[in-house]
Amino acid sequence: MPKEFKPGCERPKASMVATASAEEQVLPSDVTKEVQSMIKVGKPAPEFSAPAFYQGKFVNVDLAEYKGKWVLLCFYPGDFTFV
Amino acid sequence: MLSVSVDSHFVHKMWNDQELKKMIGKDIPFPMLSDQSGAIGTLYGIYDEEAGVETRGRFLIDPDGNVQAFEVLTPPVGRNVAEAIRQIEAFQLVRASKGTEATPSGWKPGKKVLRPSIELVGNVWREWDVKDALDD
Repeated sequence: MPKEFKPGCERPKASMVATASAEEQVLPSDVTKEVQSMIKVGKPAPEFSAPAFYQGKFVNVDLAEYKGKWVLLCFYPGDFTFV
Repeated sequence: MLSVSVDSHFVHKMWNDQELKKMIGKDIPFPMLSDQSGAIGTLYGIYDEEAGVETRGRFLIDPDGNVQAFEVLTPPVGRNVAEAIRQIEAFQLVRASKGTEATPSGWKPGKKVLRPSIELVGNVWREWDVKDALDD
């Protein structure tokens, strides 16, 4: 279950969760960024945790908590942006 | 279902309370994640650094944590929810069959699935009609 947190003035940060496969990757620094941004079907989804609003509460969501379930992860440009 | 944008969790709350709740008559039923630095979007390759926003990336992740599908659109065009649901149903069917069944182009629940085998090689034309690729 996502953990609830108290709202404060400090900005809570989303973070990537280091996975074994990410640690194993030793790449020249100039190509690292590009390689990390490539998602491949059939390969593990990069793990992360992030603050969220969920049914009246502020919670911290960790992708790893959803193992065993199907996840539809949808990014969008911004709240209140019409479509 | 998880949604992500660069808005703060406070803005998500206001959008839920002031607009979305009025559209559906209740709170948004899934967590609305905040990725203010674009770190998660960058990880998934859909963060637009120049605009400072995430593009419309949609990723389907299976119960093992593997990405099975993704789609990315630029901001002005919205997604087709029915297509996302169709894909989830297709991937769930394939997974439940332990890979013995495959869903041909245009498949949706109730339409014919194929069972790949040596006998099916060169014989898909007997089993499947091109018209099945299109909606009824």
